[in-house]
Amino acid sequence: MTLDDTLASLFPNGSKIATTGAMIAGQAILPDGGPVHVLGVTQGQPLGVDEAIVLAGRVIEIVKSGDRAPILVLVDSASQRMSKRDELLGLSEYLSHLAKSLLLAEAEGHRTVGLLYGGSAAGAFIATALATATLVALPGAHPAVMDLPSMARVTKLPIDVLKAKAEATPVFAPGLDNMMQTGGIHVVWNESAPLAPQLAAVLRRPQGQDDRARLGAERGGRRKAAEIADRVVTLAAAAHQGAQHG
Amino acid sequence: MTTAKADNVSLSWYEASARQRIDAFVDAGSFAELIGPELREMSPHLAIFDLPEQFDDGIVVGRGRLDGVPVLVAAQEGRFMGGAFGEVHGAKLTGLLRAARALHQDVLILFDTGGVRLQEANAGELAIAEIMRAVIEARRAGIHVLGLIGGRAGCYGGGSLIAGTCSRLIVSEQGRISVSGPEVIETNKGIEEFDSRDRALVWRTMGGKHRYLIGGADAFVDDEALAFRQAAIDALKTMRGCDVAVLEAEQKRLERRLQRFGEAADAVEIWQALGIDQPTGIPALPTAAFLRAASNRENADDAR
Repeated sequence: MTLDDTLASLFPNGSKIATTGAMIAGQAILPDGGPVHVLGVTQGQPLGVDEAIVLAGRVIEIVKSGDRAPILVLVDSASQRMSKRDELLGLSEYLSHLAKSLLLAEAEGHRTVGLLYGGSAAGAFIATALATATLVALPGAHPAVMDLPSMARVTKLPIDVLKAKAEATPVFAPGLDNMMQTGGIHVVWNESAPLAPQLAAVLRRPQGQDDRARLGAERGGRRKAAEIADRVVTLAAAAHQGAQHG
Repeated sequence: MTTAKADNVSLSWYEASARQRIDAFVDAGSFAELIGPELREMSPHLAIFDLPEQFDDGIVVGRGRLDGVPVLVAAQEGRFMGGAFGEVHGAKLTGLLRAARALHQDVLILFDTGGVRLQEANAGELAIAEIMRAVIEARRAGIHVLGLIGGRAGCYGGGSLIAGTCSRLIVSEQGRISVSGPEVIETNKGIEEFDSRDRALVWRTMGGKHRYLIGGADAFVDDEALAFRQAAIDALKTMRGCDVAVLEAEQKRLERRLQRFGEAADAVEIWQALGIDQPTGIPALPTAAFLRAASNRENADDAR
C-alpha cells in the first residue's frame, strides 16, 4: 500500500497533509467528524536532529492549541541518522525530545496512535512509533533494532546460525511478527478492509497504562518483563511499609 | 538511624563496579536491593547464544538514602554485556520507576551501557520505550529522575535516549553520551565520516566536557563517587516536573543549538563559537580550570 492509498483509506472524509522532505504533517477528518492531527516520517529516511526538532515542534504546537484531538504518527523510516554532525549536536537529546513531546501530548489528553507502514529501526523507532500510546502496523511493515548482517558482525556469529536461532525465538530478530509477539505492536490491521473504522476502533480503546509487557507475556514473546517489573513495585512498597512501621 | 554520610574514601567512578558505585554513593549502610542476585533472575535468552548469564542481569536496583532522604537507585554493570538492556535488566528499571511514582521518591540512574542487548534486541528495545514512558510519568508526578554518567561503557544507544528523558544529568569527563557508537558510525558510513580508533575525536564529540558545554548535561564533576554524590544532592533541590512549558523551553534550546552550531564540522569549532579562549586546550584542562573556561557554556536551565 502506498502512502497515498493509506491516507485515502484512513480518511475518506478528506485530509490536508503536506510533505516536506521526508516529513509529513497536516490534519484530517475522522468518520465521526472530529479532527485528527497527522504527522510522521516517510520514504524510509533516517531521523536526525533536523527532522526530530521539526516534528517535536509540531507536537508541542498541537498540545498548546488545547484541542485535545488525536494525533496519528505515520512511520516509514530508517534508523537514527548515523553521522558525526548529528552526534556532535547531541542527537540523543533531539530524539528524546520528540519522544517526550508525544508522551506529553498523551498525558495532556490527546490520543496518540502510531502507524508503522514501512520500516523503522533503533533510535528512530523509539522516538516515534514506540513513543505513542498505541502502535499498530500494516502487513509488510518491517521494524528492526538492527538488521541481521550487522547483528552477525557485532555478535561474531555467522548469519546462517543467527537465522536458525531466529526460528526458535522472537526475542532478537527483526520483523513484524517478532515485534508483535513481544508486545510492541498492538494489532496488525487488515489492509484489504477500509482503514478508517480500524482507526476508529483503536481510538475507542480506553486510555490507560503501558500494557506492552503484558501483551508480550500473553503472546509468549516476552515472558518475564511484566512479572519482574510488577515484583519490583510490590517489593518496594512492602519494604517502604516495613521501614515506616519498623 | 544511619548517619547521612557515605564512605568518604575516594573511588574512581569509571573504574568502579555497579555495586561499588552504589556503596560509595548512598548514605553508608542504607542500601537495600530489590530482586538481588540471590534470586537468580537471569536472562532467559543468553543461553540461546551460549553466553554466560549473570545473577542480577547486569543491573542493581534498590532503596537507599541520600543525605538522609529516601531514594530509589539503579546502577548498571558495564562489565557484563556492556551494561546493555535486555528483558530482565530493563524490567527491573521499569519497575523501579513505577515504584517511585507509588512511593513518591526520587530516582537515581547510574548509567553504564552500550544500549540495547542485541541477543534480545526486541525485548531490549521495548524495555527502553517502557522506561522512557515510566520516567516521564514519574516526572509529571513531581519526581526527580537523575542520570549519572561516567562509567566505562558510557551511555550509548537506547541508554542515551533514556538519559534524554531524565530531569537532570550529571557527567564526568569519561561520561560519553551518544546514540550511534563510534564503531557503528564507521561501519555504516565509512572511516571518512568517523574514525572510531581516533580516541581524541571520540572524546571531544561524545565526551562529558562537550556535552556539558553544549547544555547536554547539567553538572560536570570529577571522576569520583563523592563528587557524583554531592552533585546529585544539589540536583534534587532543583525544579521538578515535565509540562508543556518545560518542553517548549527545550524546543527553543535545541533550536538555538542548531542555529548556533549546526554548521560546525568539529567540537573545537563549537567551543570557539562559545567564546572559549583556547578551545584546543579544553580536553587537557583539569576540572576546576575547565569549569572556569566553561562559564559561557550553553545551559539547559531546567529545559529538559
